[in-house]
Amino acid sequence: MLTEYIPILILSLLAGGFALTNIAVTLLSGPYRPSREKLAPYESGMTEIQPPRQRFPVKFYVIAMLFLLFDIEGVSFFPWAIILRGLRFPGFVEMLIFVLILAVGYVFLWKKGALTWER
Amino acid sequence: MNDWGDVLVTGIIKSVIALALLMAGGGLLTLMERKILGRLQTRYGPIRVGPFGLLQPLADGLKMLLKEQPVPANAKIGVYLVAPAISLFVAFMAFAIVPVGPSFFLFGKMRTLSVTNVNIGMLYLLAILSLGVYGVVLGAWSSANRYSLLGGLRAGAQMISYEISLGLAILGVVVLAGTLSPIGIVEAQKAPGMTWFVFLQPVGFFLFMIGGVAETNRAPFDLVEAEQELIGGYFTEYGGMRWGLYMLAEYINMLTVSALVATLFLGGWIGIGTGILWTVTAAPWAQLLGVFWFFVKVAFFIFVYFWFRATLPRIRYDQLMGFGWKVLLPLSVLNMLVTALYVSLR
Repeated sequence: MLTEYIPILILSLLAGGFALTNIAVTLLSGPYRPSREKLAPYESGMTEIQPPRQRFPVKFYVIAMLFLLFDIEGVSFFPWAIILRGLRFPGFVEMLIFVLILAVGYVFLWKKGALTWER
Repeated sequence: MNDWGDVLVTGIIKSVIALALLMAGGGLLTLMERKILGRLQTRYGPIRVGPFGLLQPLADGLKMLLKEQPVPANAKIGVYLVAPAISLFVAFMAFAIVPVGPSFFLFGKMRTLSVTNVNIGMLYLLAILSLGVYGVVLGAWSSANRYSLLGGLRAGAQMISYEISLGLAILGVVVLAGTLSPIGIVEAQKAPGMTWFVFLQPVGFFLFMIGGVAETNRAPFDLVEAEQELIGGYFTEYGGMRWGLYMLAEYINMLTVSALVATLFLGGWIGIGTGILWTVTAAPWAQLLGVFWFFVKVAFFIFVYFWFRATLPRIRYDQLMGFGWKVLLPLSVLNMLVTALYVSLR
């Protein structure tokens, strides 16, 4: 029943409201005496040499792509897991074939070194 | 009262109770962590504020509100301010499906002791948990600080890597229980011929524990924060209550993960002497007893979290990623397949 999702909506309104109110309070509470040093980025006492928003290693991007692949695979397991009792053994074999296809891709990734962080 | 009024009123009551419970719980956990870590390092921990230091979280909260909270000059101010709120929001939402006790009959309807009982509970949970990375990464990026950015990138890669094995570890339980609803999963552990899933799914239990600790960025997987090398990681530029929201979110996430371990693997509210104690399910004390058992189990796993932190050294980042992708992922798929084979042949 869809009414079961109404409490989630109510909770999200209350939780979001609470979190945002807290942030709004931080803008008003406490003293505010800014100075150039106080607003500078925290660098353990050093002056900043370069701005930090620069290009970063591509391996983070690779990990994000792999996550998309395997997480969607994980989601596709869920409906199957619920009805597995009804599917009996043929259902298991079908999923085994799917996993084997994925395993080929996984082995390929491993051999390519996509799963190794430092090379 | 008609049906819609009933749904609205119970929804509001449950939401308010859940929020109060989580906020009080998060505050108490900060005290509990400092106490336990202190004892494990043969010192006292906080004892000055109130009896046994019980008022320490309140004092901390007050201090956080009264601190000066400058916004760094180069920060993207909108994202910078909203990011901690996103973290806290996600932490609150994840708890919505956790049942803290057995359902009971009141005012002509079955009442569940979770905010809601959706039939896709575990799927909802995974969806919400994967949103957690947004608060961290956005806060890190908007701070315009090198340490923050490094911490945020680490957090992004770590959280999404361990989320996969976390989801696949749940699958073993789902296959055994045949349902995605947390209440259904607890009921399945009470069914004849079944027992707590920790005995049927020991591998899944350990995978979920490891995944849960890594997902909440706690020691030994706290590379995201790594105060010795990254100062504070993603919240380096945050102070006062903004930092407090990040911390509260982290402690609430610990509560949620512990509650999930208890629900999925340790039988939730099912007591140890199941047969005897459950003969009078309708009695009110049976409800309270269920809630009591649930909180005992959650408290134990919270303690395990702190125990980890006091005992285990932080692991290296390449080890972390290698472990997640090369050990946990194949192991969780294997665990799921073996469980599925067992269920399909039964």
